[in-house]
Amino acid sequence: MADLTSEFLGISSPNPFWLASAPPTDKAYNVNRAFEAGWGGAVWKTLGEDPPIVNVNGPRYSALHSNDRRVIGFNNIELITDRPLQVNLDEIRQIKRDWPDRALVVSVMLPMNEETWARYVPMIEDTGADAFELNFGCPHGMSERGMGAAVGQVPEYIQMATEWCKKAATVPVIVKLTPNVTNIVPPAKAAQDGGADAVSLINTINSIMRVNYDTLTMFPTTDGMGTHGGYCGEAVKPIALNMVAEIARNAETSRLPISGIGGVTNWRDAVDFLALGASNVQVCTAAMVYGFKIIDDLTDGLSTFLDDKGMRSVAELVGKAVPSVTDWQYLNLNHVEKAHIDQDLCIECGRCHIVCEDTSHQAITNSLNGERHFEVIDDECVGCNLCVSVCPVDSCITMQPVTEGIDARTGKPIATEKANWTTHPNNPMRIANGPSGPKDE
Amino acid sequence: MAKPAADIRPNRLDKAEIDKNFADLHPPLSRSEALIEADRCYFCFDAPCTTACPTGIDIPGFIQKIRSDNVRGSAQTILRENIMGGMCARVCPTEVLCEEACVRNTHEDKPVEIGLLQRYATDPIFKNGTQLFQRAEASGKTVAVVGGGPAGLSCAHRLAMLGHQVKVFNRDSKPGGLNEYGIAAYKTVDDFAQHEVDYILSIGAIEVRSNIELGVDVTLAELRDEYDAVFLGIGLGSVNELGIENEDLPGVENAIDYIADLRQADDKSALPVGKSVVVVGGGMTAIDIAVQSKRLGAERVDIVYRRGPEQMGASKFEQNLAQTNGVTIHHWVAPTGLRDDDGAITIDVRKTELDENGRLKLIGETAIMQADIVFKAIGQRLAADKLGAELEGLKLERGKIVVDESQATSIGGVWAGGDCVMGGDDLTVSAVQHGKIAAIAIDRHLRS
Ligand SMILES: Cc1cc2nc3c(=O)[nH]c(=O)nc-3n(C[C@H](O)[C@H](O)[C@H](O)COP(=O)(O)OP(=O)(O)OC[C@H]3O[C@@H](n4cnc5c(N)ncnc54)[C@H](O)[C@@H]3O)c2cc1C
Ligand SMILES: Cc1cc2nc3c(=O)[nH]c(=O)nc-3n(C[C@H](O)[C@H](O)[C@H](O)COP(=O)(O)O)c2cc1C
Ligand code: SF4
Repeated sequence: MADLTSEFLGISSPNPFWLASAPPTDKAYNVNRAFEAGWGGAVWKTLGEDPPIVNVNGPRYSALHSNDRRVIGFNNIELITDRPLQVNLDEIRQIKRDWPDRALVVSVMLPMNEETWARYVPMIEDTGADAFELNFGCPHGMSERGMGAAVGQVPEYIQMATEWCKKAATVPVIVKLTPNVTNIVPPAKAAQDGGADAVSLINTINSIMRVNYDTLTMFPTTDGMGTHGGYCGEAVKPIALNMVAEIARNAETSRLPISGIGGVTNWRDAVDFLALGASNVQVCTAAMVYGFKIIDDLTDGLSTFLDDKGMRSVAELVGKAVPSVTDWQYLNLNHVEKAHIDQDLCIECGRCHIVCEDTSHQAITNSLNGERHFEVIDDECVGCNLCVSVCPVDSCITMQPVTEGIDARTGKPIATEKANWTTHPNNPMRIANGPSGPKDE
Repeated sequence: MAKPAADIRPNRLDKAEIDKNFADLHPPLSRSEALIEADRCYFCFDAPCTTACPTGIDIPGFIQKIRSDNVRGSAQTILRENIMGGMCARVCPTEVLCEEACVRNTHEDKPVEIGLLQRYATDPIFKNGTQLFQRAEASGKTVAVVGGGPAGLSCAHRLAMLGHQVKVFNRDSKPGGLNEYGIAAYKTVDDFAQHEVDYILSIGAIEVRSNIELGVDVTLAELRDEYDAVFLGIGLGSVNELGIENEDLPGVENAIDYIADLRQADDKSALPVGKSVVVVGGGMTAIDIAVQSKRLGAERVDIVYRRGPEQMGASKFEQNLAQTNGVTIHHWVAPTGLRDDDGAITIDVRKTELDENGRLKLIGETAIMQADIVFKAIGQRLAADKLGAELEGLKLERGKIVVDESQATSIGGVWAGGDCVMGGDDLTVSAVQHGKIAAIAIDRHLRS
């Protein structure tokens, strides 16, 4: 059995699955249940100054559902903890005492002045918590008060607040980033420059779920008015993965440890984050949708996966896929693939045909000798993967590399040497002498 | 052996049991069931299910509208091809039509429940009487439709949509044809057939004249004279005979007559039911009378059919339905004589097989079966005896009216469709399609 024990900034936990700072970690009661269920760690629901904030007394959450009401995406307008600071601190102290082997991190959000940080940070650290997580990500409510995403969207502020926290803290400091930016690298770099020990991402994405079709108001509302909320859950994973990979592959930030967050629902999602550079993962929505028991699938699935791969620890998996991420301009334009339909598996729904016909390259037949029949026309197939994406049968259509002979579409021989955009004749800014790779290759 | 008197009586079951036995065979889907089922549709290209539907309903199209909660749009997609989409959702043998063609069968052996989804989409339209269709500007032409069954009503509705005035002459006192008098009661509960008729007629410009029989009260010549075109959708008015001795014994009955009584009965427990019932035949009617007899309280019901399960007109699903209702089906057995046995009936039967030319022949000894009631269910034919003169000049083949692909008969200005024409498959859905095609052809004819 692979060892799931995880070390993150020297904080050890029995597995790399932490609950993200959110309702599941809002009180001792919930965190106790989570640890009983087997979660490796928890980031306490974000603390702020007293008096505590207040929440709306109506819908805070709403969901994007599939037709069988599976929750695909999730949105919330909740603020940070609405309980007095001392109540939280007492509970954190007790939990850490009761669960010494679990990671317990405290999320904080404080106004932009150094004295406040200097006052609160030691008070919080005194609970025995393992680390701080700075919430520079909350996209609603708190940002209107100059905190949360209002800080996270300005790299200088991130750096400043991180410095203040680092000055007052002796335990590690993790900076939680907002995805509501055009480029995630500058905020990550700012956190690093401010002395952060790690970054965690993503927080939630600005979103409006839909309108109410009866009232034609946005949905949901509080007494007829609504506000944008934070989007999370399965639907946001690809966005989070890209941001994690960007930080992991950027030369300036690649040494910064990452805690991956966003849509982790099963062990495979965790593998995605870990392989793309995160050292552990945090989970909120999946726990809110299914309860804490999902930890069984997360740990069991990951451990079985590591065994199958012959890996002994989670650390061996971390960053494995990062070298495969590059810029478009470095992709090998000489590589050719064509779709192939396995006729034994084909159920003849014809979806591949109609999408290729209507929206792509007219590269799939719909009949053979007057019979319904779907087959790829190599002369037309550009290898775009659309048909593979829409086929309802697993593994029925696959992309197969063409490694020799002639590309039936272009009539050109398949080149064995690589060539990318940097040297392509159509590129006005091409490099004259031979192909080049990414800077760090 | 003691000779039993016929044991035929009402009230074999109490009302509660009867109600349970004649409740909806396939209860409707709830909204969430429908949404989940709709999600299973792959939205196929050139969908095989649509090709398999005799009326060519855009099935993936209507299912996608269910999925997006556009139930009215979904109903419109269905009903514009098949105005009896509500009845068809209940009575179509989908396992040999659309659902047989579903590619999910190849994938996982379980087709999308198209029939139930079709019902889900259309039920609210009939319940609320939502008018989805408009009549075109009046053409000034009037068409006579003979027969108010699926073929006739489908033709009438389409003609009305196309702007023509329609007069429907119907032999029975209620319109609907076999939807009203024939289909098994548990397939069309709560008087659905009449609700559907009301909906169809609500488009306007259709006048139904009940209790008017072609050949008795009116002649084809008169109709051709008075109207701009004529459509015949008269179904099959006569029942095939077994061609054996004593067919007119009391207790030997036509299944469809009994079924008509059953369908019209306010109180089904008042129907006389035999303790022991023998049904002769292998089609939908045979299955229906057998199962319904059982559900009315008959203790023993046997079907005798002279060929094998593959040749039965009733689908696999129907055959299973009979068997799970406790009906015994005897294959390769034919009745050869009927005898009165002190009120009960003794049936002589012999085994059958195919000879080397593929013709059926009787073999072995004569055996006997006993029954209180024997139902004949070996098919219907045109009522040539009554129609006699009317059929003159109409080209017939094997007792049915010959039509071309636009449902035109051999007589100019006369179209026909449904069970009464040659080459059909005697299904409600096909009758609807015939009526629709004929109406389009008639419209073209009237406007040319
Ligand atoms: C017992 C039974 C069960 C069936 N079950 C199913 C089923 O489950 N699914 C399915 O798809 N199909 C089923 N069918 C077949 C289906 O009912 C018919 O195919 C369909 O009703 C044919 O429609 P039609 O309009 O051609 O004829 P009909 O429905 O027979 O309608 C004929 C109409 O014409 C009128 N008429 C007859 N003669 C004259 C005349 N001389 N002048 C004026 N009017 C006249 C009648 O009053 C009637 O209204 C069943 C049939 C039977 C008998
Ligand atoms: C209801 C709700 C409340 C949240 N509150 C906080 C919070 O107080 N502090 C914080 O840093 N993140 C908060 N988040 C963000 C989550 O910690 C997490 O970053 C985000 O939901 C993405 O992960 P997920 O897809 O697993 O939910 C909240 C999320 C939800 C759904
Ligand atoms: S890979 Fe793209 S171009 Fe090739 S057949 Fe599939 S959809 Fe068409």
